[in-house]
Amino acid sequence: MNFAWHLLNGSKLSRRSASSACRRSFTSQRVMMSRHTNAKRIAGLDKNVWVAFTSVAADPSIVNLGQGYPDIPPPSYVKEALAKAASVDRMNQYTRGFGHPSLVKALSQVYGKVCGRQIDPFKDILVTVGGYGSLFSTMQALVEEGDEVIIIEPFFDCYVPMVRMAGGQPVLIPLRPKPGKIPTSSTDWYLDPDELSRKFNSRTKAIIINTPNNPIGKVFTKDELQVIADLCIKHDTLCFSDEVYEWLVYKGHQHVKIATLPGMWDRTITIGSAGKTFSVTGWKLGWSIGPEHLMKHLQTVMQNSLYTCPTPLQEAVAQGFLLNYEMMGRPECYFSALAEELEGKRDRLAAILQEAGMTPVVPEGGYFMLVDVTPLGQDLSLMAEDEAYDYKFVKWMIKEKKLAAIPVTAFVGEDSTKHFEKYIRLCFIKQDSTLEAAGNILKNWRRV
Amino acid sequence: MSRKVHSSRTEGVDKNVWVEFTQLAADYKAVNLGQGFPDFSPPEFIREAFCDALKGGPAMHQYTRAFVSKTIPRGCVCLPISMVLYLSLVAIFFFVQGHPPLVKILAKFFGRIVGHEIDPLEDILVTVGAYQALFCAFQALIDEEDEVIIVEPFFDCYQPMVVMAGGKPVYIPLRPREGRAVLSSGDWVLSPEELASKVTPRTKAIVINTPNNPLGKVYKLEELQMIADLCIKHDLLCFSDEVYEWLTYDGAKHVKIASLPGMRERTITVGSAGKSFSATGWKVGWAIGSRDVIKHLKIIHQNSIYHCATAAQEAVARGFEREYEVFGAPDSYFQQLPAMLHNKRQKLATCLQSVGLNPIMPEGGYFMIADISSVKVDLNDESNKVESRDFRFVKWLIKEKGLATIPVSAFYSPEHGKEFDKYIRFCFVKEDSTLKAAEDILKKWSQRE
Repeated sequence: MNFAWHLLNGSKLSRRSASSACRRSFTSQRVMMSRHTNAKRIAGLDKNVWVAFTSVAADPSIVNLGQGYPDIPPPSYVKEALAKAASVDRMNQYTRGFGHPSLVKALSQVYGKVCGRQIDPFKDILVTVGGYGSLFSTMQALVEEGDEVIIIEPFFDCYVPMVRMAGGQPVLIPLRPKPGKIPTSSTDWYLDPDELSRKFNSRTKAIIINTPNNPIGKVFTKDELQVIADLCIKHDTLCFSDEVYEWLVYKGHQHVKIATLPGMWDRTITIGSAGKTFSVTGWKLGWSIGPEHLMKHLQTVMQNSLYTCPTPLQEAVAQGFLLNYEMMGRPECYFSALAEELEGKRDRLAAILQEAGMTPVVPEGGYFMLVDVTPLGQDLSLMAEDEAYDYKFVKWMIKEKKLAAIPVTAFVGEDSTKHFEKYIRLCFIKQDSTLEAAGNILKNWRRV
Repeated sequence: MSRKVHSSRTEGVDKNVWVEFTQLAADYKAVNLGQGFPDFSPPEFIREAFCDALKGGPAMHQYTRAFVSKTIPRGCVCLPISMVLYLSLVAIFFFVQGHPPLVKILAKFFGRIVGHEIDPLEDILVTVGAYQALFCAFQALIDEEDEVIIVEPFFDCYQPMVVMAGGKPVYIPLRPREGRAVLSSGDWVLSPEELASKVTPRTKAIVINTPNNPLGKVYKLEELQMIADLCIKHDLLCFSDEVYEWLTYDGAKHVKIASLPGMRERTITVGSAGKSFSATGWKVGWAIGSRDVIKHLKIIHQNSIYHCATAAQEAVARGFEREYEVFGAPDSYFQQLPAMLHNKRQKLATCLQSVGLNPIMPEGGYFMIADISSVKVDLNDESNKVESRDFRFVKWLIKEKGLATIPVSAFYSPEHGKEFDKYIRFCFVKEDSTLKAAEDILKKWSQRE
């Protein structure tokens, strides 16, 4: 994960004068290996500093609501399916490059039903290493020098470096809180249609949307997606729709696939994730679905980058989908059951935060929640670094309160920092005991 | 959409021999000696390791933890002193390395082989198969106009990967030695003068593969020294694809070019769990090299897929831990597998000879190539005048005889393909029953002639 602002605007860190020791060692390295320079495509992408945010992964005394992965177990039948798959000889060898046949067939069934259209398992689907791998294949296949790509803030942080690495230019537009009220729900954040319209021009190749959104949890309504679709059609652009949290939508809201809107199937790549669907982030399987004339380019990238994804994992995910396909729409279906379980955790966390005097932004979907920490009135003036408030707050909170979160300005460009720096992001796909532990810390906040 | 949507980097790299021939073999239900994967199971200890990993608690099914390193990075990120001091309290700079137990054992295992310490945090990148390690290497280090020397015959992905990175492939073929019978892959050699002539001021790297796919050549120390001398003289990088490193026969010794003097800082060595443990479907590989070079590959990896599957990495880690203890002993899978394949290699060679196909005996690897010049058949494909002889022959062999192989000119550049279109490639890493089925087909065919 990266400091988005550094990538867009040049590194804030390196603008400071370099220490001379640093400069000397860099120069001597340069002399020693003058030819071993990196390719230009990775220039500026090396700054991968998550100070204090991932050390917590190794520290069991810290209550970790930071990183976005479950500490609840996946359903047992997917684990069993994987063990079973690995016991079949053929499943331990290479499978079809663009996706294991049983998996692409299962995906075409499930998504064919959801989208209400026939999806060709072999031409319209590519299986990738996680949703992340799908994003990468999409960018490499369809974005190049001279292309602009519109990204909505706050955004999953990899979008910007991936666009940059493909030679494209990111163009940012923020979600804004509705005027006149303090946001208490992700529905209070909206995209200004006029502002969005001004971002489109003849160089715009694509717009990336993420619904449900990480980190706010906004679930774009049909009308909101229609505004975006209208612009895509008007300007003949593509749409990359990151829908990894598609099943995690809470009561009163509905996930809408922009690819199902008129005129959009032929210009949209929709991305999904087994890791988020079945709570197995460590399996790193995802998929891209779209029209053949776009998908064939993603397949070209795949066959020239890693060729094929692990076989037994794909087989197990296929089994998981086939099982749930039968139950879709019913409470026993894992997709519904997980959403219900998470809704409870969402409400529990929101209550905990409110009791502690903070203002949570209750999400309509996904597994993250933003919270405005300014009501705590935490004095951080002793922290002299020239950094956004949320970064200072999170670092301080990890150190002093042993509670980890993620600063939301990590997901925005520099211009939007001042609008988001009072928020931190908490992940609630955690065991109840983890949420309770967080609650205790927050309850005792005022105590020294 | 009315406009061109695809990026230029996808142009010219969309054809793929595997996609075509795997489909054909499946369609005709051919006895498959084509694609390079075992049709027997991985060894029991590695399968058990995978099952154990799956039972290893919820962490096995979630993102692996990034390894935490309390060092300030060298190189381009420079910080003000106050920031450095603050950071040292809680500081981490991390690069996603790979599952900690895996990088640790790989460092230990290969460190012992090369005779120097390999830093698990800095010198290793775990990837989705060796294929992705190669991808990261090309993407990280090859720019527009950089030239990359590729030794032919080459594993076919090197060329499109160079092209996709904007580079220019420059080819040099291994050639059968003149003046004597060419019976072994050892008889195919590089001409030092010809190789030297390929280097220009634009040359960035050379790619070698030892043991070689498809030929099976195992480069000798002197041959690697010759390449190393050139790399050092012209300050080139070396990408060494060593996925078949354990599979050498008849006393041939695998030598790591990275272990030659002056090569460690400029070599990326690529390895594969799939080939090491006969589990190609797990797709776990690695790149090992000096930190100053590997760090660039990590940036590509972090911005493309970020993590590899946890459980598979855990299982491979346990596999290597076991192999570390029994290295060199008869118990070691890295001894048993080549011993088993040695016999299969012999069986296939004998069979091919008996039907008038002339095999080149491989010193290492999974494959054997055979000369089909003496075969006289009516390929019955008048409409197909475009493809080379070996492509047409392989298709005929699949459709008419139900035996799948791979045409060797697929492993050559367009400029040299014609010289070598009389060879087809067989994979012998198959169950005896598969090899027997192939033998039956060939015998039946030769009896009819």
